[in-house]
Amino acid sequence: MTDGNSYREAVAAGMLPSEESHQALLQSIVNVARAIFGAKASSIFLLDTATDELVFEAVSGEGEGDLVGMRIPSSTGIAGWVLITGQPIVIDDLQQDPRFARQAAERTGYVPKGLMAVPLVNGENTLGVLQVLDRAKDRTFSLGEIDLLILFANQAAIGLDLLQTARRARAVTERGEGSEAVVARLAALLEHAKDDSAGLRLLESLEAVLARLGE
Amino acid sequence: MNPDLPAWSLTADAVQDIAIASQWPDRVTRDWAIGGATGEGVDVCILDSGVDGEHSLVGGLQSAVAVVFEGEETQIVPDDVGDVVGHGTACAGIVRTLAPECRLHSVRVLGSGNTGTGDLILAGLEYAIEQGFDVVNMSLSTTKRRFAELLHELADDAYFQGTVLVASAHNMPVESYPWRFSSVISVGSHEGTDSWEWYANPSPPVEFFARGLDIDVAWFGGSTLCCTGNSFAAPHIAGLSALVLSKHPGLTPFQLKSILYLTASNTGGSE
Repeated sequence: MTDGNSYREAVAAGMLPSEESHQALLQSIVNVARAIFGAKASSIFLLDTATDELVFEAVSGEGEGDLVGMRIPSSTGIAGWVLITGQPIVIDDLQQDPRFARQAAERTGYVPKGLMAVPLVNGENTLGVLQVLDRAKDRTFSLGEIDLLILFANQAAIGLDLLQTARRARAVTERGEGSEAVVARLAALLEHAKDDSAGLRLLESLEAVLARLGE
Repeated sequence: MNPDLPAWSLTADAVQDIAIASQWPDRVTRDWAIGGATGEGVDVCILDSGVDGEHSLVGGLQSAVAVVFEGEETQIVPDDVGDVVGHGTACAGIVRTLAPECRLHSVRVLGSGNTGTGDLILAGLEYAIEQGFDVVNMSLSTTKRRFAELLHELADDAYFQGTVLVASAHNMPVESYPWRFSSVISVGSHEGTDSWEWYANPSPPVEFFARGLDIDVAWFGGSTLCCTGNSFAAPHIAGLSALVLSKHPGLTPFQLKSILYLTASNTGGSE
């Protein structure tokens, strides 16, 4: 891979915040979503396009700590339908759905009564799904609630996009070979340089070495 | 007029050849549009996750196919899986509630994974148009720009052949298709709980608002669920369209849309 994108990603990898920072962003989004709706749980699924699966990327409330990393097929189920059709949905008596109840119990040990799910869309790409489970019953439900969740979904989509970009960038450097890795390591060196002129001095000395090698 | 020539212009002596029998009333009302109508004789297609035809709220299917990948190519095969989510059954049940005697058909475009969904939707819509269904409900959309042009062509084909496409609007700030096309009837939700309440939107691209809040819909295994979303508003307009078409066969999508407009709850023709 030697296109401009991989260089940019390699450079970015040297300067990106850690995986933990991105996960913290997603975690804070599900925490706030859960608090706003007074819900039992909230979660973000990321679509893994390589395996066509939805992966629990952040969970607040029921299942927190156990579910992150768990995978489900992207093609079936309510989250899969939301992902594929791009349509938000609210369901209020999920336990009536025998298939959902059984699958939820098998996967998570927790069968919610109600669910709100919206797709996480960034530009043309649907990156995943944001769910809120068992929102407080004393809240009067209106279409405004979905609008509010969609506002959160926009934040979550940006968070997921950053996370995926960072992962791709790290994958470039972790391969540890090729010019992209060199660029990334240089970028990382420059990031940690004490002053701006250090970077330029580094480049000048590198150019001098390369010129000597070429002689 | 020579029927072999395309009708790009109308010569003076051909005017008499295109006389259209018209029985429009002085004022279009709901009673004129759908009074006593049952949907009989109208074919409504649910392009979705499949339909459980055995569900009591669906009351039988006329046909059911699935669009699947055979290698790189899409194929239309008989659907022996049924509904893989519950959602298609929900949409079919809503249409059946409004138009009890319409003929329901299912084209399943979901269930083969996320990859390639755009191709499945395109192939499913193409099939539905080829079948000449009167109404096609699409409670789904795609954000992929590369499908937009092909979807647009299909939507126009449907419009000119007299197949009405009803699509749920995306209530998110994203570009998605096909609901944004003017050849499609796009539907969002209002907050009422009356299935016979619908509104014309003076500010498109969403053209109508229908019931989409707290609806008891048909779901898996004979169950019902209380659901909310634009995807449940679209089948309300699909069902209403079936009623209008059963009482007034042969209407074009343009005429049908005009009747839905004139009989909406906010345009004065709702009695």
